[in-house]
Amino acid sequence: MIEFRQVTKRYDSDHTALRAVNFHLDRGELAFLTGHSGAGKSTLLKLIMVMERPTAGEVIVGGQKLNSLPRRQIPYIRRHIGVVFQNHQLLFDRTVFDNVAMPLEVMGASPEDTGRRVRAALDKVGLLKKEKMNPMQLSGGEQQRVGIARAVVNKPPVLLADEPTGNLDPELSADIMRLFTQFSQVGVTVLVATHDIALINDMNRRTLTLNQGQLVAGGGVSGH
Amino acid sequence: MATDSRQKPDNRRGANRSRSLLSDQARSYLGHHRKVARDSIQRMWRTPVASAMTWTVMGVALALPVALLLLLTSLQGVSAGWESTARITAYLAMDLPAEDARGMAAEIESDGRVVSVQLVERDQALADFRASSGLDEALDFLEENPLPHTLLITPEDSARSAEGVQALVTFVENMNGIDQVQVDLGWLQRLNAMTDILARAVWALALLLGAAVILVIGNTVRLAIENRRDEILVAKLVGGTDAFVRRPFLYTGAWFGLGGGLVAWLLIQVSLWWLSGPIERLAGLYRSEFTLQGPGFDGALALIIVAMLLGWLGAWVAVRRHLDDIEPGDIAGG
Repeated sequence: MIEFRQVTKRYDSDHTALRAVNFHLDRGELAFLTGHSGAGKSTLLKLIMVMERPTAGEVIVGGQKLNSLPRRQIPYIRRHIGVVFQNHQLLFDRTVFDNVAMPLEVMGASPEDTGRRVRAALDKVGLLKKEKMNPMQLSGGEQQRVGIARAVVNKPPVLLADEPTGNLDPELSADIMRLFTQFSQVGVTVLVATHDIALINDMNRRTLTLNQGQLVAGGGVSGH
Repeated sequence: MATDSRQKPDNRRGANRSRSLLSDQARSYLGHHRKVARDSIQRMWRTPVASAMTWTVMGVALALPVALLLLLTSLQGVSAGWESTARITAYLAMDLPAEDARGMAAEIESDGRVVSVQLVERDQALADFRASSGLDEALDFLEENPLPHTLLITPEDSARSAEGVQALVTFVENMNGIDQVQVDLGWLQRLNAMTDILARAVWALALLLGAAVILVIGNTVRLAIENRRDEILVAKLVGGTDAFVRRPFLYTGAWFGLGGGLVAWLLIQVSLWWLSGPIERLAGLYRSEFTLQGPGFDGALALIIVAMLLGWLGAWVAVRRHLDDIEPGDIAGG
C-alpha cells in the first residue's frame, strides 16, 4: 500500500532529511514510525501526502507513483489518505459535525450521504452525542478523536497519524491506539509517527526507526 | 483499493446507472455552489460595517464614470438633434431688390442638395426682430432698416455631413449678391470635439476606477484569505482541489461587486433626482430638449453585471496571488 524505494530527500542546504529509505507497508498493516526529533519522521509523512517531493527514489501509494504526479492530481491522492495531527487541526468556527464532514464536502458528497457517514465516524470514536458542539468545548482527548473521525470519514485506504497521543494521558492514548488497531483490522494501512516508546512496546507492532534520515530498523520485509 | 466514495452500492445497472451517477454529481456540484454562495453572503452580513464600507468604496468608484457616461450620452443626443436641423443662413447684399432675392431663392431651391429655401425679406425681419428683442424704442431711432434680405436654407439629409454643408456654403457664397453666409456648424463641431475629448477622458477614468475596484476587492479578499487560513489548510489537506478552495472567495468577490453595483446605481439615481430640476431650468433657458437620461433598466443591469465581474476578477487576482502560497507543508509538525 505504501512503498518507499531508495527515497532520498535533500532540502536546499546540505541538510538531508532522508537517505535511501526503503520499506513497504501492506494493506491492513499497522506500523509505528519513530526516531529522535529531526530524524525525518515528518518528512517521511509529508512525502506520502505529497506535501514534499523526493529528491531521489520513488514513493508509491496505492500503486500510484507520486513522483510523476501532476500538481492538480494531488488533491485526489489526498482523498485516499486520512491524516491525524498532534494539534488536531480542527476548525473552531464550526461544529464537530461540520469538521468531520470536510473530507466529504470536498468530494462533493450528497447531504444525506454526508450525514450518514459523519454519524458513523463519530459513532466509531464515541462522540455521536457531541456532533452539534463546537470542538472548543471538548477535552483534548475528545478533540483528538474528532480529528480521527475526520481522517477516516471517507474510508481512506491509508491512515497517517503524527504524534496522535502527544498530549494525552496513557489511558486515552490506549483508547486511540485501540481505534487504530480496529481500522487496520478492516484493511486500512495505518502508520503512526510517535516518540512514545512505552506505547510502541505495549503494542508490539512493526516499528520503522529513523536515525539521521536513515532507516535503521523495521525496513525489511513486512512482518511483526 | 482507491475506491471512489461517490459510487454508491446500488442495484441500478449500465448506462442508466452511470447517467444517474453523473446527474448525482451535477446535483451535488450545484448544491455545493449554492451552499458556498449562501455561506459567503452570510459571512458578509456578519461584518456589516466593513462590508458596507467596501460596497460604498466600490459604489463611488463605479458611480463616477457611469454618471459621466450618462452625461456624455445626453450631450451626444443634443448634438445629434442639432445636426439634423442644421440650417445655412445667407445674408444678401443690402442694396439687393426683393425680386432679385426671390430669384436667388428659387435658384438655390432648384439645387439637388437643398430641401427648402425660406426668404425672409428685410421688412419682415425687422418686424420679427422688433417683436422678439424688446428693442422697440431703440429701433425707432434708426433712419432705415439695417437688416438685409435673408435666405434660410435647409440642406438635404445626404448633404448634412460637415463636408456636405461646407460644399453647399461655398456654392452659395460664390453667387452674386450674397453678402455673408453663416452656418451654425461651428459651435456644433466644437461641441462634438469637446464630447470626443470628454468621452476619452471618461473611458480613461472608467479604466482607472475599474482597476481601483479590482484592487480594493483584491485587498479585501486577501484579508478574507488570511482570516480563513486554517480552513484553507485543512481543505487542502483533506483533498480539496484548487477550484474548491477558491470558490468561496470568488463568490465573496462577486457579492462585493453586487453590493457595489447597487450602491453605484443608488448614487446615480439620487444624483439624477437632485440634478433634474436645475438641468430642466437650464435647458428651458436654452429652449433645448436636453434632459439627463438615467441608466434605465438595461443600464442598471449592465452596471451590476460589470460590477460583479470586476469583484470576481479582483477576488481572482487575490486568490491567484495568495491562495497558492498556503500549502499545508508546515503543519505536519515534529
